[in-house]
Amino acid sequence: MTYPPAYQELTTKFEWAIGERELGYKPGGPINIGAMCSDRLCNLGLAKKLALLWEDYQGNEKRFTYDDIRVLSNTIAHFLCGLGIQPGERVCLFMDRVPELYIGFLGILKTGAVAQPLFSAFGEESLLVRLGDAETSAIITQKKHVHKVRQIRGHLPKLRHIIVVDAGGTPLQEREVSFQMDQAPRVGQFPVYPTTAESPSVLHYTSGTTGQPKGAQHVHYSIISQYLTAKWVLDLRPDDIYWCNADPGWVTGTSYGIIGPWSNGITQVVLDSGFNAKRWCQFIEKCRVTVWYSAPTAIRLLMKEGEEAVREHDLSSLRHLASVGEPLNPEAVAWSQRAFGKPFHDTFWQTETGCIVISNLPGMPIKPGSMGKPFPGITATVLDPKTYEPLNQPGVAGLIALRPGWPSQVRTYWNNEAGFKAKFKNGWYLCGDRASIDPDGYFWFMGRDDDVINTGGHLVGPFEVESALLGCPAVAESAAVAKPDPVNMEVVKAYVSLKPGFKPSDDLELEIMNHIRRRLSPLAMPQEIEFVDCLPKTRSGKIVRRILRCKEFNEPVGDLSTIMDD
Amino acid sequence: MDELTKVVRDYVIREYLEEGDDREITETTPLISGGIVDSFSMVSLRRFLEKKYSIHIPDDAATPQAFDTVKSIVALVRRFQNAELKSA
Repeated sequence: MTYPPAYQELTTKFEWAIGERELGYKPGGPINIGAMCSDRLCNLGLAKKLALLWEDYQGNEKRFTYDDIRVLSNTIAHFLCGLGIQPGERVCLFMDRVPELYIGFLGILKTGAVAQPLFSAFGEESLLVRLGDAETSAIITQKKHVHKVRQIRGHLPKLRHIIVVDAGGTPLQEREVSFQMDQAPRVGQFPVYPTTAESPSVLHYTSGTTGQPKGAQHVHYSIISQYLTAKWVLDLRPDDIYWCNADPGWVTGTSYGIIGPWSNGITQVVLDSGFNAKRWCQFIEKCRVTVWYSAPTAIRLLMKEGEEAVREHDLSSLRHLASVGEPLNPEAVAWSQRAFGKPFHDTFWQTETGCIVISNLPGMPIKPGSMGKPFPGITATVLDPKTYEPLNQPGVAGLIALRPGWPSQVRTYWNNEAGFKAKFKNGWYLCGDRASIDPDGYFWFMGRDDDVINTGGHLVGPFEVESALLGCPAVAESAAVAKPDPVNMEVVKAYVSLKPGFKPSDDLELEIMNHIRRRLSPLAMPQEIEFVDCLPKTRSGKIVRRILRCKEFNEPVGDLSTIMDD
Repeated sequence: MDELTKVVRDYVIREYLEEGDDREITETTPLISGGIVDSFSMVSLRRFLEKKYSIHIPDDAATPQAFDTVKSIVALVRRFQNAELKSA
């Protein structure tokens, strides 16, 4: 096989069993992601290899070998078992990008419990929805975030344990317990729970167009595709230094920030810092990062700083760049070629797919602006939205659909089987996005097929925002829609009608924005609020977000025959 | 600490510092890179400054770097206060 292998070489005779053999998994036998990402690498002779180099915004550094993460994940697993956590129970990780988050993820999986990572910037309302729906048994958090849990614990009768990893001498409250990873007695050997292929592993909440966010349930077998896609799409090689700047509160941060690199025995680096162009470039230079998996929002922020800001640093170590979360516009691809000497390779996937499904593989000619081609083993097409039949017409837009059956395919939505079944039509899984396919088989993203807002690569559901807006005393009705943004692709914009006695003002707009930011998250915060007398509705009274979205994107609104005259 | 610096610092502490975060916020504490204010929250901070000081901060000036410390935010406000005065 040539290197990098040509797309045709990889797709010929592809089978997921390649991943099974390389990981040493025997179908029908036990498989545990936690052990696959730590113990297995030690058994292969990599115990002393650096697994994680972590640095915070102040430059404080910590290093962990594969034996360190094996032993420390054992230690966390042992601690959880001591609290009575049982296989199948949900344990939430609600922390900044600290080592306890990455290692704790493995520890939870080793017990047979289900890891439920949540973005640490979530406010208490976002937290309550997700912990309540999952009936989470325990949450691992930090003292800076525990106040949010305290505010909602009265509504979470199933939440038995609130584990604080950096309590120090801070007084703890009911259900709270301290666990300090670097001080706990190390557990050298831990009986990993014998999970099997279909045992639940990770529960990732993702926003949809209707209702509250849904818990996408993944299983331990997902590691097969996460391992192989990390190896082939991200081109991970044994001596690589890999940086994925996604937060493990989101699926990219677990699939490719923990499982992908560590199942491949790669050294990965983590920077616990917000965006700062100079800091990021210094980090790449210092760590000699070879593979960087980033996002269009970050790339566009770098573009704003200019090529010179990048060229001030020696980034010659970078060999391969990839991007995820939203379509990578052609200008960003061209810019990265100029600034880094190589292009970012776009990848497409989502929480429900668990792994990259369409991508620009290393060595494949990139068409700037294209998502690339289906990963070997993935059958992808675009469907006619009326018939749900494959369009088979190059250049015609349809619904992106995948043939079910890849290893990391979501198994269900927690407590929402009906919502899960609605994702399948005519034997295809619908991604919720639209695209066209060109004559060469490259996919071209056209947009969402629903009302979900993709901001900075993260999905925000309008219902969640609108529900929180109704919690503002001044708000009578609201609609949350996407507004185009040059950096984040889309941001949330809210249309709001006020109750009698309230008048629109800049102060009220800021008050509402901050209310949503605190209750939900900065992502969900409307970046603009437009006060209106009334919202467009159907004759049955349902708010028609489509009209407002079309206004924001300067698109024709289409059929208005069902809309109320006023 | 001058009044402008105090107003900015107090607003950041009140609106963005997590209740359990015991870091001291000085004029040079990294806010964006330190994870205290993220790039999405910048919009509300910018809106506050524009309203409070009757200025307009153009998009190309509203960068993570410009909002990364109390000191840089104060400099940003002063820059556009001066711009407003000159155009008045």
